[in-house]
Amino acid sequence: MQILLVAPLLIPLCTAALTAILWSRPDLQRPLGLAGAWLLLGSAVALLSAAWEHGPLVGQMGGWAAPYGITLVIDLFSAIMLVITGLMAVAVAIYAMGPGAVERDKAGFQPLFHSLILGVAGAFSTGDIFNLYVWFEVMLIASFGLLVLDRTREQIDGGLRYVALNLVGTLFFLMAVGLLYGLTGTLNLADIARVAPDIENQGALAAVGVLLLIAFGAKAAVFPIFNWLPAAYHTASMPVAAIFAALLTKVGVYAIIRVFTLIFAHDAAFFGPIVGVIAMATMVTGVLGAASHYDVRRILSFHIISQIGYMLVGVALMTPLAIAGSVLYVVHHIIVKANLFLIAGAMRQEGGSFALRRLGGLWAAKPILGLLFLVPALSLAGLPPLSGFWGKFAVIRAGLEAEAYVLAGVALAVGLLTLYSMIKIWNEAFWKMKPEAAKSIPWTRRERVATYAPILALAALTLTIGLWTEPFAALSLAAAEELLDRQGYIQAVLGSVQTAGLPGGAE
Amino acid sequence: MMPSLILRTMAPLVFALSLPVSFFILIQGHNNPGGGFVGGLVAAAGVIFYALGRGRDAATDLLRVPPATLCGVGILLAVASGVPGLLGAGFLTHDWWAPAYGLGTALIFDTGVYLTVVGTASAIFLALIRS
Repeated sequence: MQILLVAPLLIPLCTAALTAILWSRPDLQRPLGLAGAWLLLGSAVALLSAAWEHGPLVGQMGGWAAPYGITLVIDLFSAIMLVITGLMAVAVAIYAMGPGAVERDKAGFQPLFHSLILGVAGAFSTGDIFNLYVWFEVMLIASFGLLVLDRTREQIDGGLRYVALNLVGTLFFLMAVGLLYGLTGTLNLADIARVAPDIENQGALAAVGVLLLIAFGAKAAVFPIFNWLPAAYHTASMPVAAIFAALLTKVGVYAIIRVFTLIFAHDAAFFGPIVGVIAMATMVTGVLGAASHYDVRRILSFHIISQIGYMLVGVALMTPLAIAGSVLYVVHHIIVKANLFLIAGAMRQEGGSFALRRLGGLWAAKPILGLLFLVPALSLAGLPPLSGFWGKFAVIRAGLEAEAYVLAGVALAVGLLTLYSMIKIWNEAFWKMKPEAAKSIPWTRRERVATYAPILALAALTLTIGLWTEPFAALSLAAAEELLDRQGYIQAVLGSVQTAGLPGGAE
Repeated sequence: MMPSLILRTMAPLVFALSLPVSFFILIQGHNNPGGGFVGGLVAAAGVIFYALGRGRDAATDLLRVPPATLCGVGILLAVASGVPGLLGAGFLTHDWWAPAYGLGTALIFDTGVYLTVVGTASAIFLALIRS
C-alpha cells in the first residue's frame, strides 16, 4: 500500500531524474519519458481501484505520525485527478514526438515535463497545506521553464507576465498558510478541519479563507485574476500549451474544492454566494473574451477561463449533486480542452497557421481532422450525447435544485456563446474557402501518427463518457459524497491519534 | 576581455579548496549547521569561480558531465535513500548504521541534495555567463 501511495510521486520524479541524466541524448529521453507516463497512468488506476474499495488511503512520510509529519491522502477525488493526470501525461508524451520534437528535447522538454507532472501529482496527493504550497512551487517552476522552451521574444514576454502574476498568487497562498497556522496551530488538512469549527476568531478564519480563495483563484484563472493565462498560453509550443490547459488551472480548482469542502464547510453560507458570483463572472468574461478573438490558441485559452466557472458551481452550492457535477466537469474538461489544443497543433500543420483569417478549406482537405475537431468542440459547448452535456446537465440541475436560478441561467447562456465561438473556428478554419496563402507544413508519416493518435484516443474517450455515462457519474457522486463527509476524512487521517492536548483540540 | 592573470591562476586553487570545504560542511550537517544544500552551494561557488577565471568551456570540461546529469543523479540518490523506509515504517524513514559519525541513509539523502544543488547552481550560472 505504501509503495502504491508514493508511486505517483516517485515515477515522475525518477523519470525526470533519468531524463536529466541523459541530457545529451534526447533520442533516449523520449522512450523513457513515454514509459514513465504509462507507469504513472498504471499506478494511478491501481490507486483509484484501491481507493474505491478501501476508502481514503493514508500514508505518513518518514514515519512521522499525523498531524506532525507530512501525510499523503488519496481519496476518490484525488485518485480520479491522478488518473486523469496520468492519461494526459501519456497523451502529451506521445504528441510531443510529433513536429518539433528534436528541438524541444534538446531544450530540456522531457525533464521539465515530468517535473511538472510531479508537481501536479504531488498537489493531488498531499494532505498537508504547506506541502500543497511546495507542490504548487514545483509545478510553477517547471512550467516557467516549459513556457520559454523555444526562447523566442514572444515567449519570454508571455513568460514574464506569467511569472509575475503567479508569484503574487503564491505570496497570497503563503500568507494565508502562515495565518492559518497561527489560528489553528497545525498544517495538516484533516487536523485543521477538525479544529476549524471550534476556534473563537471565526472572522479571522474567514479572512484566511478569502486569501486562499484569491491564491487558488489566481492559479485557477478565475475572474478577475485571469489575465496571466491568455497572456502566456498562446505563446507556448503546442504540447506544452496542451498540458498547461489540461492540468495547471485544474490544480487551482482542485485546491479550491478540497479546501472549501474540508476546512471552510461550516462557513458555506458565507463563501457560497461569493464563489457563486465569481463563478458567474468567470464564465461570462471568459466566453466573451473568446468571442472577440481570431487566433485559435487565444480562443481556446479564453475558453479555459470560461469553463473554470462551471467547476466552481459545486463549491458555490455545496450539494452532493453540485460537487459531483464539478468533479465530472473537471474530468470532462481536462480531456476535451487538452484535445482541442492538440487539434490546434494539427490544424497548424495542415493549414499553416493558428490565425483563423489565414486558415481555410480544412474540411475539404482533411475531413477526418474536421470530425475529430467536432467531437471535443461540441462537447465543450455541451451538446448531447457528448461528455460536456452531462457535466453541464449536472451543474445546471444542481443549480435549479438549489434554486440558484441566475447561476443556472448564466451557465446555460454561456453554453450558447461557447457554441458560437466553436462554430466560428469551424466556419473559418474548416468551412471557408482555402485562402491563397494557406499552405500545409510538410511533416513525416511518423510525426503525423504521433499527432493523430492521442487526438483520436481522447476523442474516443469523450464519446465514451458521453454515451456510457453511468459509471463516470456514479464515480463522481461517490467522490462528492466522500468530499462532503468531513468526519470520514478526518478519521481516516488522524485515526486513533491522541488529539487531546493539541492546540484548540476539541476534547 | 581576458580575466586577469591573478584570477586565472587562482581559479583552480579556489576550486580545489572549495571541494574539501564543501564535503566538510556536508558531513558536519548531521549535528551542526551545514548539510547538503549549503555544501552544494559552496562546491558550486568553486565551479563558478573557475568559470569566471578560465571561461565557460573550461568549467564545462571540468565538470565532465552536463550539470543536468549531476542533478538527475542527485535526485535518484535522494529517492534511493528513502526506499528502505518504503518497505518499513514509511517512505523516507531513515536508518542509522553509525549514528555517532552521522552514517546512515540520511547521509545518502544529503549527498543527493548536494549533487542536485551543485548541478542546478552550475547549470544556471554557466547558462548566464558568456564563454
